[in-house]
Amino acid sequence: MSEPILELRDVHAGYGSIKALKGISIKVMEGEIVSIIGANGAGKSTTLMTICNIVKATAGDIYYKGGCINKVASDSLPSMGLCQVPEGRRIFPRLTIEENLDMGAFFRNDNEIADDMERVFAMFPILRERRRQAGGTLSGGEQQMLAIGRALMSRPKVLLLDEPSLGLAPLIVKQIFDIISEINKLGTTIILVEQNAKVALSMAHRGYVLETGNVVMEDEAKKLLDNPDIQKAYLGE
Amino acid sequence: MIWLFVLLWPLLGIKPEGLEVATTFSVWWRIAIGCASILVIYQLNSVGAFNFITKPVGEAVGGAKKATSTLPFAVWAFAILAFAVAYPHLFGRYAQDVAINCMIYICLGLGLNVVVGLAGMLDLGYIAFYGLGAYTYALLSVHYKLAFWICLPISAGVAGLGACIIGYCSMRMRGDYLAIVTLGFAEIVRMVLNNWMSLTNGPNGITGIKAPGMYWPDFANGMTLEHLWLKKLSLIYYVILALVIFTIIAVYRLNHSRIGRAWEAIREDETAAEVMGIPTFYMKLLGYCTGACFGGMAGAFYAARMRFVSPESFTFLESAMVLSMVVLGGMGSIPGVILGALALIALPEIFRDFELYRMLVFGGVMTLMMLFRPQGLLPPKRRMKAEKD
Repeated sequence: MSEPILELRDVHAGYGSIKALKGISIKVMEGEIVSIIGANGAGKSTTLMTICNIVKATAGDIYYKGGCINKVASDSLPSMGLCQVPEGRRIFPRLTIEENLDMGAFFRNDNEIADDMERVFAMFPILRERRRQAGGTLSGGEQQMLAIGRALMSRPKVLLLDEPSLGLAPLIVKQIFDIISEINKLGTTIILVEQNAKVALSMAHRGYVLETGNVVMEDEAKKLLDNPDIQKAYLGE
Repeated sequence: MIWLFVLLWPLLGIKPEGLEVATTFSVWWRIAIGCASILVIYQLNSVGAFNFITKPVGEAVGGAKKATSTLPFAVWAFAILAFAVAYPHLFGRYAQDVAINCMIYICLGLGLNVVVGLAGMLDLGYIAFYGLGAYTYALLSVHYKLAFWICLPISAGVAGLGACIIGYCSMRMRGDYLAIVTLGFAEIVRMVLNNWMSLTNGPNGITGIKAPGMYWPDFANGMTLEHLWLKKLSLIYYVILALVIFTIIAVYRLNHSRIGRAWEAIREDETAAEVMGIPTFYMKLLGYCTGACFGGMAGAFYAARMRFVSPESFTFLESAMVLSMVVLGGMGSIPGVILGALALIALPEIFRDFELYRMLVFGGVMTLMMLFRPQGLLPPKRRMKAEKD
């Protein structure tokens, strides 16, 4: 087996005295879609925030492409190919769509930014139509598309997605997830954090189940889907 | 509404000699009648009693708007510039003095606009950089006889450096906490200026600052350059006009650059900006320093214009004033800030007779603004870039 592109080894993290992660170990291979599922407060979002160094890891190490990134500042990670689409979209509401996308490529200084923007527009035609509109005027689904598009502008090797289905209608969710697997097929490794376990697992290669800051299960996504415990706990069957 | 009048009556009665409630009735009555009539007019208007006036007026305003929007921006800019250049020839000393004051505050407002309007950092101590710039020029001019034009960038640099030092420690803070730190910093600067007798001459201030000089071609005996002190008010006016134009262009360019957009992104959502790869810490520091540099420049000019500086000019009230201009005019909007500065400096001059009530009106206007137009008088428009194809 080859080296994982991203690996968390026994990572602890928390907010003040509250321990949110109590020793998480996750391996992500290049080209995979890995789903992290779990109930509220299981530490899913914290895991992503810790990878991006927004929340500091108190113990354990995070490796990206073989190098430790514990101490790397959050804002230099996108230039290394590690980009997050944060929970709740968090676009820049008063900037236009074009400007939002341009901000995703802020650290870049090459002349292919316009090409990449075209690619994003090709992927999300609705954004092209509204390119001069303020981001805040978009609907929830469009904002999610914009957030994903913005992250793609950094040409990520690994894309961290935090609850892309949050507050969206089922039809839009399907559309978003189709695009996510399309992005994956183009060679981007994806880590997907989701409440919507069924959709997440059905598209992922492998999955991790978190519970109160611990990994309680890891397996291939299909096996997790078939697991009766998982079905009972997260799939509502 | 009623509680206001219940409170107002005893408050008006508080006099230095003690409570004197009975005589204040006349004032109280006048205010009450004024408010009541405004209320009645408002109510009548909302039921449509004034339609016969408001409709044609509204149409006229709409027509005027259409007419102005068809004129290209360049014409407007040229007209304003022409007026600004002709101004000292049209008006007297007093008006020129007011205009110079106005323009100093426009510079300050535009500088603060970068910090507050674009980067979204609430800075309550902006005047400290104004003070730093003013004292830098004052000291260099008095002790080293350096010329104004050399000192102008030095003053901006010193203010920028000060901003770097305070910013480096405090840029990790957000919102209200930053406001408190900057407030503290401004007080520190003021106290140092006030107490460092050997350097700043303390509360007595520094006198004998040179006015800006200039080499002027003299055709009297061939082409020679003659050194000229710009002591005349109208000449000083042109110096600040040039500074204002420089500041407007600089802020406009910043506003429309990628850096400006990054500042706006940070203002909108700092965490998102950070995970998007915008180096938020350095961008904020850069914004803070840039704003401070404009403040420093305005300060240097202030010192050169007054030829006297003292710590009294750099109190918190001034910070609040500049911040009010930015908020009143519209955060992040250049014309807005200019309008705000004009409103807050020129209007009190026009209404000098009512000086007693200035702060009352000031507070009232601010309150009304926040209620009815929280985005400012001239909020920034999202720039629409011309279609490429």
